[in-house]
Amino acid sequence: MSSITSAHPADHHGEHGHHHESFLSKYVFSQDHKMIAKQFLITGIVMAVFAMFLSILFRLQLAWPDKEFPILEVFLGKWAEGGRISPDFFLALVTIHGTIMVFFVLTAGLSGTFANLLIPYQLGARDMASPFMNMLSYWFFFTACIVMISSFFVESGPASAGWTVYPPLSAVPTAISGSAMGMTLWLISMTLFIASQVLGGINYISTVLNMRAKGMDLWKMPLTIWALFLTAIVGLLSFPVLVSAVVLLIFDRSFGTSFYLSDLVVQGQILPNEGGSPILFQHLFWFLGHPEVYIVLMPALGLTSEVISTNSRKPIFGYHAMVYSLIGITILSFIVWGHHMFVTGMNPFLGGVFMITTLIIAVPSAVKSFNYLATLWRGNIRFTPAMLFAIGMVSFFISGGLTGLYLGNSALDIALHDTYFVVAHFHLVMGSASIFGMLCGVYHWFPKLFGRMMNEKLGYLHFWLTFAGAYLVFFPMHFMGIDGVPRRYYAFTEFPFMEKWISVNVFITWAAIIAALGQVAFLWNFFSSIRFGKRATQNPWGSNTLEWTTGVKHIHGNWPGELPTVYRWPYDYSKPGHHEDFIPQTVPFSETMSSNLPHDFEGNVEAERIQREWELANRPQAEKEAE
Amino acid sequence: MSFIDNIKFKTVFILAFMVSIGLSGSMFAQEADSAAQAVDTTATVGDTDTAVTADMDTAAAATGTDTTDTAASAGSVGATPTATSDAAGKPGINPQVYTNFFYYVLLFFLLCILVAVIGKILQVYELTRKMNGKDSTHYLNNIQAGLFIVALVTGLYGVYWSYVHHGAQSMREAATQHGVNLDIMFMVTTVICTIVLVLTHIALFGFAFRYRARENRKAYFYPHNNTIEKVWTIVPAIVLTILVLFGFFNWRAITNIPEEEQKNAIQIEVIGEQFMWTVRYAGRDGAIGERNYKLTTPLNGLGIDFNDKKSWDDQMGSEIVIPVNKPVRFQITSKDILHSFYIPDFRVQINAVPGMKTYFQFTPTITTEEMRDKLDDYSYNYVMLCAKICGANHFNMQKLVRVVTEEEYKEWLNEQPYFFTEDLRKEFQVTQVNEDTADAKLLAATN
Repeated sequence: MSSITSAHPADHHGEHGHHHESFLSKYVFSQDHKMIAKQFLITGIVMAVFAMFLSILFRLQLAWPDKEFPILEVFLGKWAEGGRISPDFFLALVTIHGTIMVFFVLTAGLSGTFANLLIPYQLGARDMASPFMNMLSYWFFFTACIVMISSFFVESGPASAGWTVYPPLSAVPTAISGSAMGMTLWLISMTLFIASQVLGGINYISTVLNMRAKGMDLWKMPLTIWALFLTAIVGLLSFPVLVSAVVLLIFDRSFGTSFYLSDLVVQGQILPNEGGSPILFQHLFWFLGHPEVYIVLMPALGLTSEVISTNSRKPIFGYHAMVYSLIGITILSFIVWGHHMFVTGMNPFLGGVFMITTLIIAVPSAVKSFNYLATLWRGNIRFTPAMLFAIGMVSFFISGGLTGLYLGNSALDIALHDTYFVVAHFHLVMGSASIFGMLCGVYHWFPKLFGRMMNEKLGYLHFWLTFAGAYLVFFPMHFMGIDGVPRRYYAFTEFPFMEKWISVNVFITWAAIIAALGQVAFLWNFFSSIRFGKRATQNPWGSNTLEWTTGVKHIHGNWPGELPTVYRWPYDYSKPGHHEDFIPQTVPFSETMSSNLPHDFEGNVEAERIQREWELANRPQAEKEAE
Repeated sequence: MSFIDNIKFKTVFILAFMVSIGLSGSMFAQEADSAAQAVDTTATVGDTDTAVTADMDTAAAATGTDTTDTAASAGSVGATPTATSDAAGKPGINPQVYTNFFYYVLLFFLLCILVAVIGKILQVYELTRKMNGKDSTHYLNNIQAGLFIVALVTGLYGVYWSYVHHGAQSMREAATQHGVNLDIMFMVTTVICTIVLVLTHIALFGFAFRYRARENRKAYFYPHNNTIEKVWTIVPAIVLTILVLFGFFNWRAITNIPEEEQKNAIQIEVIGEQFMWTVRYAGRDGAIGERNYKLTTPLNGLGIDFNDKKSWDDQMGSEIVIPVNKPVRFQITSKDILHSFYIPDFRVQINAVPGMKTYFQFTPTITTEEMRDKLDDYSYNYVMLCAKICGANHFNMQKLVRVVTEEEYKEWLNEQPYFFTEDLRKEFQVTQVNEDTADAKLLAATN
């Protein structure tokens, strides 16, 4: 490898270029943001497939609680004795599915990929502020993945106290077998994961603040960057709180402290712990946990903004409002965590306060949805697969967000808390919406990542299967929740009132299986296109942002020679008076005299004067004659 | 071209499978029906590889596959015995299971081929369009736009259908005073949300269809409009304020009950543990005795502190029986881990937290008998269940709840045993040798 790169020094321009790259330093311990983005993406996809597979396993159990699937025993052994998943293992499946999806796929896979790829690219930087920390961030994440998956190879099974790992269930191994070694691994994995997030977050923030290209002021940044930047801030402020929660839980489990434990008689055994409170853990957990929802959602919103605007060939409607609503969400996300705890024994008065803050956060979210609709209005919409996923994302964001009005309302939450209504709500608004945001990003930036195009038709197939599948899976769950079916139930067979939902469960499981098989279209498309896709052109989507001004072939330092200079905001699509329907950010106003608007000059008197003079000189003949 | 070699190898391998499965016969066994479906996803990696073959082979026409087929049948002779010996090596698992599994994998593989074939057909179609000088870029775009309209119509109908069918299944009349208020609020929220859902989706999918890309069309440059922006900030804010106020007053009414009313209510304690509930009625004095978890013994499972005389007349309920139209105050706690006291029909839920008491006070308004009449279901029962993940039997941690008339309640309560049983008394007296006589009298009175 090294001989090849040194034989072609012309590939490496600028001061960064000239050093030897071995296989290890290029593909494994890479410090290049593009390679790290690919590493995050592919690890994220692998984890997503794994977690999806777990979900199919427990969906089988829910749909056919009395049926035997001997093949499961082949793969799962004692956890599926006689071909039926055991209750303990069911809970483990639910727990690990949630943990992987929320943290490993939608946090690291989503913002890890796109923050790494897009922050330097869209800002016009050569790389991240600290490439080494960036590499560490990935390797912490990767180790966390390995540790998490390794818990499936422990005799007592993986963690099974739910992805929220509420103690005392997660703290007392006698309460559930998953709280033995499996839980320890879960905690180690999470600690590594948080280290990864913090390293990444510091990097993203410092890059955005310090390494923008000439002319790229904050208000010229694409919404993707705004979203990723604010996400990093939220993550940096909230993840350390989860560390404290996790570390105290480790203390309780392994060193006999009583932060979360008190008055316990487990399986007839009086435990010595005294003075702690399980509610403390919930506060600490949700102080991260709720911002986490926005950590998952905001990058998806950012990617979607960019894709919708590009493919509608229209500026995003209300750029400033979009940024302010993101900032609003960022701030408010820190003061709403209590809505997860309305009925957990938190002081009821506090519940009232959290209800108010929670419903306030719906306002910026509503503004964002309406702005998306306004962006589509009178556009010239190209349905690339990325655009389909972006539209799907908006749909899920609305339909899932609306049910938040029920759950954010502490009074209504009494009857809905911990039921399938909650499952439906967050799978739509956080799960499906974010996954769709991520997939929209993958389809859109695939040419930038791998220099090739993905197959469009397989993309369409993938979208429609997933879109229909997600709604068919999650929409009926609302009604189960309204009826009072709690989540994390192994079977619906023990309660007469739940029996009517078993047929619905069968339906949901079939929908889930079909949607899961639909992902094969994506996987096949993704991995085969890396090598065999059509070669991409430099700017396949006619986009304005800086990443499309770099070459198709990746080079270290991104731009050969000078870094680009930015003259305008990123959303000059279909500007009247211009011959093309897009004007990249690097095009100065002096080259687009025919399309400049007074607003563009931001009060620069000199520029306005020049523009006026040009307009006088170039007035249409008819107008001159009229004078 | 190691990849191509790889493809050939895969083709041979898959065809070998087909033949070996064909030989082993009886493909259509019932038992493993959908198990295989799930496991299919694991096999997808293999399958996607094979889809390459489909992709390429279809172009290469059928003659190519014929030749590989003959090659494969040769391979299959070797393949079959190894498969069977594998199955025999693992006792307890019927080889049929593997057969079924591979059958489903194969089915999925065929599906993949079908998709690849359709893809090829589309490609050919596109080429012919191009050759005929017809537009070959916008037609796919138009199809997607059309599909959005289809999605809109079927989606809206689906929502309607779901509201009618699933909604009817899931909405039951609330059997408590506060539950009725909550249901009104629920309906108001549902109406608002449904209107927003329908309108925004008509806009979203409608715009997608209406403004699809066409030749010679240019989008309307419309970067912002502060008036509109203000409108759609303020309108949701107002609607939300109304909902918040509604919710806030209801919430306070439920959780902030004046002390006077708290005292007048019937006191019942419910204690959760893995995986059962214990119900403790306050008895004649109307007060529940204290517990101390350190006093837990096999006899005194709850760790009731009998130094607290209020506990002497506490009764154990075999189920939760409460009188209609009387306020009841539940005191909830847990022996071991978190549970949740949840009665869907009553719109009542509060977590059971070890080391901490939580409360929920409500007034049931419909007796079990009346509810049965209303539902026309004479086996119907209210039920209290655990809603917080608590271990293997979380899904079956329930207690029957009966709402009865005042007389029936009293009658039933009289039959319920005391916690302070003979055995416990003996144990207690041993520890309390210096007990004064007044206590002894009180003790006698509880008999």
